[in-house]
Amino acid sequence: MRIFTKSIIIFLLLTINNLNANENSERNEITKNLRCLICQGQSVYDSDSDFANSMKILVDKKLDDGLSKKEIYIYFKEKYGDWILYDPGINKNTYLLWLLPILIFLFGGAIIVKSFILKK
Amino acid sequence: MKNKLISYSIILIFLTIFAVFYKSLKDTNIYIPETKINNDIPIFSAELLLSKENLTSTEIFEMDKFYLLNIWASWCAPCRDEHPILMSLSKNNQLKIIGMNYKDNKKNAKSFLDELGNPYEKIIVDKNGTNSIEWGAFGVPETFIIYNNKIIKKYIGPINREFLIEIQKIIK
Repeated sequence: MRIFTKSIIIFLLLTINNLNANENSERNEITKNLRCLICQGQSVYDSDSDFANSMKILVDKKLDDGLSKKEIYIYFKEKYGDWILYDPGINKNTYLLWLLPILIFLFGGAIIVKSFILKK
Repeated sequence: MKNKLISYSIILIFLTIFAVFYKSLKDTNIYIPETKINNDIPIFSAELLLSKENLTSTEIFEMDKFYLLNIWASWCAPCRDEHPILMSLSKNNQLKIIGMNYKDNKKNAKSFLDELGNPYEKIIVDKNGTNSIEWGAFGVPETFIIYNNKIIKKYIGPINREFLIEIQKIIK
């Protein structure tokens, strides 16, 4: 019986620990993708500026309110624009950025095919 | 013919790259968020600086009136510079000035107002800086013009004489 209660306590402690870690990791994941506007070039996660610290508190608050990662990104995008995200989605300003590597890859591939394979 | 085409295209590519880089050379690499916005004001509740009251956003901002929200702190030097302009704006009856005290010490904030005068009708406290992020601000000072619960204009940095004229135009 004693072993049983002990194992239950240990199990509970482990799960609580795990829960905490999960919560933090979600917050870290979000703040790593948010750009700090004061110290530009650093993420909110890396920065220790006043602005970044407030952002971390706010991200925690939004997670507590039950917002998903995507909703938090949309929330900050509405306030500060696309620039706040390190990983912006495809829109009219960024489609070239997303499509250009693919186009260059295809173009280069076509040149290789034409000059090496078809010549044979 | 083919060689000519290749050399022309190489020159063209270099010229384009040169033009792009030359243009970007003069661009500032510091990003500033859009100032022309038409967003709804955030919903919040906050403590007041000069009384122990707690107010919600709907109690502070009424419809059909112009409001100016100014984010300030006693430790912020540009806030000291723009203060006389806020003082002169506070004489205007058509505009209500709301202050947001950003990450400040209550005692210092009060002595700042005692020294330079208090242009604010109400001052809300933003102790941990989250409220100003809800507004889309990222530093002090920042000023918002609000009409019908919408942010119609936003100024980043201290307001000056030019802004004063612009603000007066908006109110009319």
